Amino acid sequence: MTALTLHAPILLVALPLLGAFATPLVGKLGKGARNTLIGLIVLAVAGLAAMLAIDVFGSGGIPTVYELGGGTFTFPLSGGQVPVRILFEVDGMSAFMGLITALIALTGAFFSFSYWKERSGGNLYFSLFLMLIAGVFGMVLTGDMFNFFVFLEITSIAAASMVGFRVWLKQSQEAGFKVMAMYTLSGLFVLLAIGLLYGQYGHLNIAVLARSIQGSLTDMVALGLLLTGLAMKAGAVPMHMWAPDAYGEAPAPMSAVLVVNSQASLYGLFRILFTLFGASISTGTVGWILIVLALLTIFVGVTMALIQSDLKRLVAFGAVSQIGYMLLGVGVGMAVIATRPEYGLVAMQGGIFHMINDAACVGLLFFASGVVIRAAGTRDLNQMGGLGHRMKWTSIFFAIGAVALAGVPPFNGFASKFLIYEAAFKLNPFLAVLAVLSSIMLLAVFVKAFQAAFLGPRSNTSAHVSDPSLGMMLPMAALVLVVIVFGLFPGFFVDHIVTPAAKALWLGRDAYINAVLGG
Amino acid sequence: MNIGNLPFIVAALLVVLGLYTFLFKRNLIKLVIGITLIETGVNLFLVTLGYRTGGISPIYTFAPEAQQMVLPTPQALTLTSIVIGLATTALLLSFAVFVHRHYGTLDVRKVKELKG
Amino acid sequence: MSGLSSGFGVWNPIAWALLFVGILVVSFIVRSFGNKGYKRGTGQTKVFLSGNDEPETSNGLHVRGDHLYWGMIDGLSAYYRRVKAWHTGILSDYAAWFVGVLGLVFVILVLAR
Repeated sequence: MTALTLHAPILLVALPLLGAFATPLVGKLGKGARNTLIGLIVLAVAGLAAMLAIDVFGSGGIPTVYELGGGTFTFPLSGGQVPVRILFEVDGMSAFMGLITALIALTGAFFSFSYWKERSGGNLYFSLFLMLIAGVFGMVLTGDMFNFFVFLEITSIAAASMVGFRVWLKQSQEAGFKVMAMYTLSGLFVLLAIGLLYGQYGHLNIAVLARSIQGSLTDMVALGLLLTGLAMKAGAVPMHMWAPDAYGEAPAPMSAVLVVNSQASLYGLFRILFTLFGASISTGTVGWILIVLALLTIFVGVTMALIQSDLKRLVAFGAVSQIGYMLLGVGVGMAVIATRPEYGLVAMQGGIFHMINDAACVGLLFFASGVVIRAAGTRDLNQMGGLGHRMKWTSIFFAIGAVALAGVPPFNGFASKFLIYEAAFKLNPFLAVLAVLSSIMLLAVFVKAFQAAFLGPRSNTSAHVSDPSLGMMLPMAALVLVVIVFGLFPGFFVDHIVTPAAKALWLGRDAYINAVLGG
Repeated sequence: MNIGNLPFIVAALLVVLGLYTFLFKRNLIKLVIGITLIETGVNLFLVTLGYRTGGISPIYTFAPEAQQMVLPTPQALTLTSIVIGLATTALLLSFAVFVHRHYGTLDVRKVKELKG
Repeated sequence: MSGLSSGFGVWNPIAWALLFVGILVVSFIVRSFGNKGYKRGTGQTKVFLSGNDEPETSNGLHVRGDHLYWGMIDGLSAYYRRVKAWHTGILSDYAAWFVGVLGLVFVILVLAR
């Protein structure tokens, strides 16, 4: 078991990648064989992510460094060793992101088995799904900047292909082109920044760069490029306009994985700001840039969601708005890190806890809206109605996801938003006021969606609908279980999962560097 | 001949030209060309980072003694980036083909059904 | 289960849930003091329109999606007119916003150095 834990970082990338290329071949043997392969791979990935998380959280915040090949790691290179120096460095935050990805990969894959059952192209669908999962794991586990860029591009290509997957639909092709162009643009600026850093310091390893970095003008240019590029890929307003197109046009299970993709770019941003640059930049300024972006995202996301008449675009704008809460929590943490008051750590806990809550809730909402759209035959909220009479479980799941995301007790959204409100209020009361008001407006947005889709009299079109099959209900039920359990026992999860991740960013810069460079 | 900082200036110029093309041209294919220009500029920047004045290729076989070599790492980075650029450009162009098939036009100001 | 502490307060969802159940029990007890002759589906539940008949709708009235919050959307119409106009759907505008924010971030970072 320890050998498996030792190799877990590379297996988390290699297994889905192998599966992605094997799926079209295995698919020739039939659907059952392909589904078995995919199911085994996502179960293995979930198990490995859990083992890695137990290992990293249990070791008290010391990052695990994995060198390709699994040998003992020495720095500098002793003679005779193969000089592949791409390292995977897993600390608390990386393990936490791995858990989120594993959860959505598991539920998304099992939901897709039933959702994509009668459609053609399933082999390619699952192949792209696994490639996106492999790319996201690579992004969150790597300790090398250029490796981060390569996995960033892998996720861009897989995500854009998933957005434009249904080539017979007019708007999905437009969305696919827009998404691919924006992702490529941001990826190129990130590469430019990595080139600037490499030219300045001669290293690509994050820990080595972190030790040698000074805050020169070139570093500021690189920071600006990285900040804006990764914030755009996460969906921060005003660069967010690709996000409703992307989340709205992708097939429903894939929208949930696209949200995880955006969260992984957010992870990259946090890693660069806290660990790579750390104290060498003026953290107050950068923190306030993040806070301003966060406020814009929260407010514009939720107000634009209110006027949408397309169900998936509405949920997509809601997802964009929630990214703002994560940015707000971590932005407050960054703004005050110079003096390290207590509420900075609380803000970071809130922002990071919101990542997993948002992934579960928005995943649940996207799954439920996929089911609703398939049942109603239309995506327009003005033409749906009365589905709640026959689809009781789906309406309950949608309602739970919606109120949890809006921050209504006792669900998990309230727990993370409570931490964000309290800490943001300490920094500046206006931040908390705007955040609370936008939560209330998000509840209004989902009341609109729920009323339009599920309430109302029975209509002719909704006479023959029923709850979807068990294959689609069980993943949704699993996510509802996560929502309820995280909501009823938030203290347990925050202490054991979120606080190690938050501390890894808040205090763990030296531990991160020392794990590679040895004190 | 000392070329000084000229490659960096050319790389920056390519990136700026690519951005200008992406922002102000209307044809979808021209937008893709703009992205390709930005990518070319970034690749040129990466390769130039490794150059050492008077250096030789970083190959050990039959290398003359006591000669400085240019850095091989940026060359590896650039090759990776070129391959990634190939994949992204291919995907962008196939999306452009599908957009033309559905919309009948390649004007980016008319391909805007997803708005609001 | 000591709940989630934020440094300023404690959020204990188990306590909240017990309180919620308690309030439900109290409201049920209060409800049981009420009129026991209430029957659904008879004339007791019909809408009272000053003695007039309720107009017949064929299938029941359902307020569709966009009409549900029209008052709020109308009140914010000045804001919406501008912000919705920014979401043009044109790809070049998406990149223009990106480059704009990039320039702004550069200026702020260089000034703050």
